[in-house]
Formats: sequence, C-alpha cells, structure tokens
Amino acid sequence: MGEGPGQPRLKLRGIHKTYSALVANDRIDLDVMPSSIHAVLGENGAGKSTLMKIIYGVTEADAGTMFWNGAPQPHLSPARARQLGIGMVFQHFSLFPALTVLENILLFAPKGATREELRSTLKTVSAEYGIPVNPDDVVGRLGMGERQRVEIVRCLLQKPKLLILDEPTSVLTPQAAEDLFVMLRRLAANGCSILYISHKLHEVRELCHTATVLKAGRVVATVDPREESEDALARHMLGSMVPAIRHDAAHAGAERMSVLALSRDSEVAGGVGLDDVNLAVRCGEIFGIAGIAGNGQAELLEALSGEWVGAPAECVCLDGAPMGRAGVRARRRAGLVYVPEERLGRGSVPGMPLRRNSLLTTGFANFFRGGLIRQGPVDAFTRRCIEEFDVRPADGTANADALSGGNLQKFIVGRELLQSPKAVIAAQPTWGLDVGAARAIRQLLVDLREDGVAILVVSEDLDELFAICDQIAVLANGCLSEAKSASSTSVEEIGRLMSGRPVAGVGSPLQGGACADQA
Amino acid sequence: MAEADFFIFIAVATLTAATPLLLAALGELVSERSGVLNLGVEGMMLVGASTGFAVAAGSQSLALAVLAAIAAGAVLSLLFGFLTLTCMANQVATGLALTIFGTGVSAYIGSGYTGSALEVAGPAGIAYLSEIPVLGPLMFSLEPLTYFAFLMLAGVWWFLQRSRAGLTLRAVGDAPEAAHANGLNVLRVRYLAVMFGGAMAGAGGAFLSVFYTPVWVENMTAGRGWIAIALVVFAAWKPTRVLFGALLFGGVTIVQFQVQGINLGIPTQFLSMLPYAATIVVLVVISSDRIKIGLSTPASLGVPFRR
Amino acid sequence: MPIRLEPRAAASRWVRYLAPVASALAAMIAGTLLFFFIGHDPAEAFYVFFVQPVSDLYGLGELFLKTAPILLCATGLAIGFRSNVWNIGAEGQLILGAICGGSLALAFDSVQGWWLLPAMFLAGGIGGMAWATVAAVLRVRFNANEILVTLMLTYIAGLFLSYLVYGPLRSPTGFNWPESTAFHGAARLPRLLDGTRMNAGILLALGVAVAAWVFVRFSYLSYQMEVGGKAVNAARYAGFGRNRMIWLGLLISGFCAGLAGVVEVAGTIGKLREVVSPGYGFAAIIVAYIGRLNPLAIILSSVLMALFFIGGEQAKVSLGVPSAITGIFQGTLLFFLLMSDLLVSYRLTWVGFASNSAEGGGAVDG
Repeated sequence: MGEGPGQPRLKLRGIHKTYSALVANDRIDLDVMPSSIHAVLGENGAGKSTLMKIIYGVTEADAGTMFWNGAPQPHLSPARARQLGIGMVFQHFSLFPALTVLENILLFAPKGATREELRSTLKTVSAEYGIPVNPDDVVGRLGMGERQRVEIVRCLLQKPKLLILDEPTSVLTPQAAEDLFVMLRRLAANGCSILYISHKLHEVRELCHTATVLKAGRVVATVDPREESEDALARHMLGSMVPAIRHDAAHAGAERMSVLALSRDSEVAGGVGLDDVNLAVRCGEIFGIAGIAGNGQAELLEALSGEWVGAPAECVCLDGAPMGRAGVRARRRAGLVYVPEERLGRGSVPGMPLRRNSLLTTGFANFFRGGLIRQGPVDAFTRRCIEEFDVRPADGTANADALSGGNLQKFIVGRELLQSPKAVIAAQPTWGLDVGAARAIRQLLVDLREDGVAILVVSEDLDELFAICDQIAVLANGCLSEAKSASSTSVEEIGRLMSGRPVAGVGSPLQGGACADQA
Repeated sequence: MAEADFFIFIAVATLTAATPLLLAALGELVSERSGVLNLGVEGMMLVGASTGFAVAAGSQSLALAVLAAIAAGAVLSLLFGFLTLTCMANQVATGLALTIFGTGVSAYIGSGYTGSALEVAGPAGIAYLSEIPVLGPLMFSLEPLTYFAFLMLAGVWWFLQRSRAGLTLRAVGDAPEAAHANGLNVLRVRYLAVMFGGAMAGAGGAFLSVFYTPVWVENMTAGRGWIAIALVVFAAWKPTRVLFGALLFGGVTIVQFQVQGINLGIPTQFLSMLPYAATIVVLVVISSDRIKIGLSTPASLGVPFRR
Repeated sequence: MPIRLEPRAAASRWVRYLAPVASALAAMIAGTLLFFFIGHDPAEAFYVFFVQPVSDLYGLGELFLKTAPILLCATGLAIGFRSNVWNIGAEGQLILGAICGGSLALAFDSVQGWWLLPAMFLAGGIGGMAWATVAAVLRVRFNANEILVTLMLTYIAGLFLSYLVYGPLRSPTGFNWPESTAFHGAARLPRLLDGTRMNAGILLALGVAVAAWVFVRFSYLSYQMEVGGKAVNAARYAGFGRNRMIWLGLLISGFCAGLAGVVEVAGTIGKLREVVSPGYGFAAIIVAYIGRLNPLAIILSSVLMALFFIGGEQAKVSLGVPSAITGIFQGTLLFFLLMSDLLVSYRLTWVGFASNSAEGGGAVDG
C-alpha cells in the first residue's frame, strides 16, 4: 500500500445510492489528501451523511468504488474501516449512554485489550491532545460536548489516518467549537486527514483546506474555501441566494407571557432542572432563548406549555392571569399555541393521516357535536392548513410519517398558527430544514409579531435567533441569563453566556442549582 | 436439633422452589438486557416441562430430559426471534401468542402422560460432603439443576459485567442504532440472547416436571413464567438481585405449603394466592420509583430494531 | 440476506384487512398439516376441526354460543389496546363478572323478577371493572406494569372462584361437587332457537360491538385514547391525560369481560362452578388483534375463534387429542398475522446474493 505524495488517501469514484425514489448520492467522486482538512458542504438533505456512512461502511453503496491509498475496498464494514484507519464521529447515535466512557472505548478496542491497558492509553491520549475525559463517567450523564470529546478520543485511540466528523459543532458553544478547531488543526499537522461535514459556511472557511460542495446528492463544486467568499459558497450550495428576512424595529406592547421565579427538578434521568427562571414576552415581540439542548430547555418548555404543572400558579402568567396550575388545554383556550421540537411523535402522531392530526391541538367548537367528531369541518381546516402553508403532498389522507421533515413542520406550524394565537412558543422551529423552508417559517413568525402576537423561540441556532429575535436570553445549566436586546448584543457575548459557568457539557449536569453568576 | 433440622428442611425446600424461577428469570434477564422483551416465558417453560417429562419417561435419562427441554425452549424462542427480530413484529403481542401457542403444544406433547408420575430418586447428594452436619444437606444434597442454576447465575453475572461479549450485549440493548452504526450485528446478538432465554426457560420447566413434582399436569407451571418476568423487573435487570427475588418467592411458596400443612383454618385457595399477590406487591414497591426504574430499564426494551 | 425491505408509502386498506383473512387460512392449513405430521388423515382432521362442528343447526348454535363471550372480551380489550393499555387479564375479569353476577342470582334465588337478569349483568360488569380497577390504580399510582398485574389477578380470581364453589357457595344438594345450586329461570338468558343452546348473549355481544364501533370511529374520547396509544408524547403535548386513558382502557375492557362472565354463567352453564371459561379471555387478545382492533371486524374474528374452540372439543372426541390443542391454532393464527404485517408495511425486494449486507433504509442526512 503505497502512500506516496500526490496519492489521495481516500478516493471515491462514482458512489451512487438511492433510497426508494430518492437519489441520496448521485455518482459522487471525491479525493481526500493526507494532512488535509476537507469539507463536505451542503444543505440538509444534500446527501452528506449518507456519503459518510458509505465511507465508514455502515451503509452500502448501490454502485461505485472506494479506494484507500489507491487500493479498491469492495466489502466495507465499520470494523474493516476501523482497521484501515478510518474513524468517525457521528452527529447522533454513536455512544452507549448506559455504559461508562471506558466501556464505550473497550467495545471497539482490539481483541485482547484489557481494561487496565485501555485506561492508561486513554490517559496518555487525552493528555497528548489536551482532551480531558474521565474513564469511569457514565456517558448518559455527560453533556453533549463531553460526549463528543469521548467520541473523538475513542477514534484517536485507534490512531486514525482519516477522521470523519459529521456536523460536530451543532452541539457546541462557539468557544468549544474554537477549541475543537485547534485540536483538528493539530491532528492534521500530524498527518491525519479530516473529512469535515457541515453546512456552516464560516466554519468551513475558517478551518478547511478544500471543500466539496454537494447539492441534491451531486457534487457541484470543489473549491478552496479560504479563497471563496461566503456568498460564493452559499451560491454553490443553494444554487441561488435566499432573500433575507424582513425584520422591522419592534413596537412591543403589554406583557403577554411571563415566568416568575420558576424553579423545578427535571423528571427524566440525567435531565437538568430550572433554577429561578424569570422572563417576560411582550405583545409584538420575539423573545429568543439560546443555549445547547439539555440545559433545562425541555423542562422550561414543559412548564410553559402546561405539560408540567408542578409550579405555583403565579409562576407562569398569560395576559396577567396566573396559569401555572392550568393544563395544556386550558392554556390553549387562553390563546397559547406551541410548536414542539419533536415533529413526529409529539407535534404529530405517526401512523395517523393529517386530517386526524389536525384534531390534535385544535378545539374549535364546530369540530364536535355531543362528544363525537364532525370530520367535515376538520377536513376543511386541514385543507386550509395544507393550502396556506404549502404542505406537500397536498393530501389530508397522507400519514404524518410519510411527509418530509420540512413539510410536516409546515403542517404543524400551520395548524398552530391558524388558531389565531395570542402567544406562540416555538422550539427549534427550523432544525434540520432546508434553507427555503426555514426561511418561510422564520418569516411567518416575524409576520405574526407584526400582528402583535408574543412569540418565544427556543433555539440552538444563534444565526436564527439573531435573524428574528428582539430580545435574547441564554439558558445554561438551568439558569436563564438576563435578556438583552438583539441589537445590543453579539454572537460572541451570547456564546460566552452559553458556555456560562459551569460550561454546558463540563461537570455533571446532575449538580442541580450550581449556577454561578453569568454576567 | 429438631429446630435445626426443620430450618435445614425449609432452607433446602426454599432453594429447590426457587430454582425454576432463577433459571427462567436469568434467561429472560439476558434477553431483556439485549433489548428484547419476551413475554412467552410461560409458554416456553411449559413446553420445556412437557418435553422433559416425555423424554424422561421414554429414555429414563434425566440428563437427556433436561437437554431436550433446553432444546425445546430454544426452538420456541427462535420462533419468537424470527417474528420479533426478523419480521419486526410487536414483542408484547408475539410473546402472548407464544405463551398461548406453547400452552397448546405442551398439552399435546404431554397428552399421553397426564397424571402419570416419573419414578425419580431424590437428589443423590455429593458423596461424603453431604454428610457434613447442617452445611452438608444445605450445600451438597441439592438437585443437580439447582447447582446448575447457581452456576448460571455466576456465569451471567460474569458475562454481563466482565466479558467483552456481555459488553456488546448491553450496548445493543442500550442503543441499537449506535451499535449498528459501529458495525455490531444487532440481530445476531439479540437472536443469541433470545435463544439463551428460551433455553433457560426450558430448563426451568424441566426442573418442575422432572425433579420438583415428577408428574405432568397441563398448565403445571402455574404462572411461574410470568413471575420470572416480574422478577427481572424486581431485580432491576441485575443478576444478583434475581437470586434474591427467586429466594423470596421460593420462601413464599414453602411458607404457603407449611401453613397448609399445619391447618390454621385458612382456606387453601387463599394460601395458594400468596405467590401471585406477592408478585403484585413486589412490582408495586419496585416500580413506584419511576426515575430509578427508568434508569435501570434497558433503553431499547421492547422496541423493534429496523436495520 | 438477498432480500431487502422497503417501507411502503401507504399500506392500502384492503391489504390491511386481507392479511388477517390470509393468516386465518394459513393457520387452518398449518394446523391441518400438523395433524398430518402426527399421524392423522389431514382431510379427516380438517373436517373434524372446521366442518363437522358447524354442519348442523345445533353446531351453528354452539358456534354463536361461544362467540358471545369471546366477542365481549375482545371488544373491550380492543378499546384498551388502541390506547396501548395492555390488559391481558380479561380472563380474570370474566371470572369476577361470573362471581358477581352469579352470586346475585343465588342471593335472589327466592325473589324472581324481570329485573334480576339486568341486575346480574350490571353486577358482573361492575365486578369485572372492579378487578381491572386494581390494575388501574397500581399502574397510575405506582407505575406497576399492567400486563403482569392483570395476569396475576387472573390467577387470584381463579383461586377465589375455586374457594367459593368449594366453600360458601357450594350447593348443599350437589353431592359435594364444587358447584353452586343451579340458577332459576329468571336468572337464565333466554334461548333464541329451539334445538340449539344459543342464547340471547350473542345479541348483547353484537350490541356492545356495534356500540364500541361507533365509539372508536366517531368519538373524540376514543380519538384521544388512540393518540395516547400511538404516541405518548403527542398525547402529552395535546393535553390528553395519560392516566385518564389508562383508567378508561382498563375499566371499559374490565366491564366487557365482566359481562362475558355473566353471559357464561347465566347462559351456557346456569350455575357457578370451578371453571367458567376455557380461556376465552386469553383467546380474546388474539381475536382483538386479528380484527385489527376494529369492533366490526372483531365480530368475524370472534366467530373464527369460536370455531377453533369447538373444533378443539370435537378433535378431543373424534381424534383423541387434548382440547388444549386449540391453543396451537390460536398461537399460529397470530404468528401468521404478525408475519404478514411485515408485508403490509414493507415491500420485499429481491436484491440478489451479490451484495453482502443489504441496507434497506435509514434517513438521508440525519
């Protein structure tokens, strides 16, 4: 296996993969050189993750060949990939939460490795790269950032020649992302190739030497990102520019939705509780809550929506009326609607057609007669929702799980917004959506703001928050920072608050109430 | 000395009564740790019991009988595995179907033997050692399958806590998608775990029909398969606590027999309810701490894995 | 494997309902083959099991006699299963229904009146419901698994009935058989057809099934239960209280099973005895599944199950096999249905042996 200069370490030729009718990868060619940090850039759904799974042997391509140091690799499996020296850090689903860090590593160590040997190797490697990990921590109790470090260390133990990272910064604060970049540069300098999958242009421009741009499963460009402008990269990625969100100055009115001194424990194992959370959202205002998921977001949303009613009544108010004890449906009657993060299984019921999913949160009087459902008006509502929000397929009998993520989200947003709400809660409203759908949903929220609705957006995406919010606060380790006006704060400041003290992901999130001052 | 004898008698009887539960529950525990909830334990035990009895009656070999029962349990569990793992069918429904199916199969296998008894000598005991006072009868004169059950307990503990294969099994039960993404063969691990569960249930059934009450009666397991499933919950999926639970239920069974014997005027039916009532009580006590039970339940339990 | 599974975009309705029919046929064929392998003439076995029992009016009467309790139990269970409430102790609730209804008949032995029979059904329904209440309380309050609790309660109910017929309710004139005195006329369900044992229980069962169909098809409450069954988090998000659904699922199925118990003692048996059901409550689980949890379809699957029970009894007489063999048929039937469901939701595609590990799906980009 020659590894001469000029020889690509990884070479893909004609990789093709289809899922039912969808072409995920369309005859993709790719060359990754030794020591290079190579970006695979593309929108959600462009086929990046599929390609990486093929390289790592999780998924098999329908056609095409992969060459490793010039040698074709016909039958690839993750075990074989690891043998070749390919390591992969997945975006989701890769560590085992119930096992300890050491056990997670042991699982994929070469046969015959003992716990004690691994423990000492782990210590060496984590010291060498400056990545602190405790071998005896149970992974499920670690924050997302820490888990990622465990994954990276697990890969490094195998001395990889090629490290694949799939959207690694999606769970990191801006500062932690900087630390990651430093580490990746050091790795590359030592000869390791890095495949860096992302849709974030500024990261790719900062970090990568080469960028292969995917669009709809096809390679549309291979460029040096350091020499291209963000606009140029975006044009490759999207084909055309997406117009910016129209966002005029706010003229906020009275306080519509407020939380007063809300403290609670989490009800899920390893969850983070809330510690003295205060916030107020006024009419005609979008209030953004930034922060990495798992810092009390789910707990706050439950308390706001009425799924959890353990707080004193005056802790949550709608239009001044104490609602802390009121259930979901009472709050909905008071004019609150909620677009949850989890679209399938929470915002909609899988295995149920849209015309039945319309009923999930709508309580219009003409939908019912004496405890029975009148499907006629419900169908009319469903049609309206599909038409006004451009849901495809435009078919009320399609099951919720048959829709793409973006279309399902449009349906859910439509169902909620068509109820003429006074207040809206939206959690990660555009997560995983393509740029067009994301923009449409953001514009809807902004338009609603103009109509005097109070809107609360919980998101991990700082770009999104800065694009639409009037006020931004940060939820870190169960504490909510003071709200800042979006125009008077910066991504850097919010990023610093997100890492807070203690940093999300460092130290056990089980330490409740350990909120240092975040100012 | 009479009290000591009585104590030893009770202790031995408890260990013996606990054996089938220990066997079946250990098997189910391994299956559940891999993420598969097999509610067909009762059916597999019954088929094990009838197969064991028929083979013992035919061959006069107890060892052969136990092996046949183990094989029968494994075959039934393979059927369960095919449906839930390959066909991705609902595990609860399939388990119930397996119990009903197994009940029918066992009735058919046992049909020629209903009410007849095996001529079985009591446990021979281990020469010399069983004559040591107190310790002897307690440790060295038990049924062979009781020793086997304890061996399996130690084995399962070692397997899950210490071995690489056991680590793989726990990983598969915890996060099958991650296991698959990392190249572990989820279905193979689960098939093996399910088959181990079936084999152990078969052995537990054979213990009942060949050693415990060497006679075949339809439905003779009388809910022990279900109690074994409850024991796994009670044990919070930890093998050592299964032993504790099995002894508890063995004790309840023995107490019930003893009280029936001294005739306190309590109708026998009420005494016979004890193990079932105890199961409910134990479930209630262990389940009421939702967070704790949530933490120890294998994360993918009962969820079909789709490649 | 050389076969790859691809999810179907939408399972067509007729395939969904064809699968149970195909499964029933497959189970019949498999059962007949089984008889062949154990040394019986397959044609004779098939005749004995599936044709002979219903070849005359009396046999048809028996068919509907046995359909009634199965249909009642299965209808109730289906409503619970729709909301993912796993009551598998219908057998125990049936026994409690029989005890409560039967005790009422015995208590008012000397006072006859038209009201007695309705009162027995009410008492039986409440009895079954009370037994399910235990499971509901333990599940809602203490998070105890309802599968195991309802099953344990079934064993306890059986022992309790045994205690009653051996003890307080034993007939003084019954030669020490574990049976109660026979109920008098006002406590018996009227026969529908001379020359058969078929009684009005089947009408009650059909009425309950139709009412249940209206409930699941049109009511908002049933919609809420179904949401809870399909996606717990969606129900929580919509504000449909999970505990309420558990209560409803258990109480409705308990009530229906209790009615089935009264149908058995007031109709077929006419007294209390140690065994009042040959496993109708367990078979009803399978019946509910075969009927796709749709009460109208469950009417058909109940008749099929009743045929299995009668066939089992006939096979005992004619072929000398234990009647419990019907359990093999029941299990096989559900196995085939569960297997065919794979074909309902997925398309099998032959991809050949060339590729080593076929990947059927997985999301694109997360």
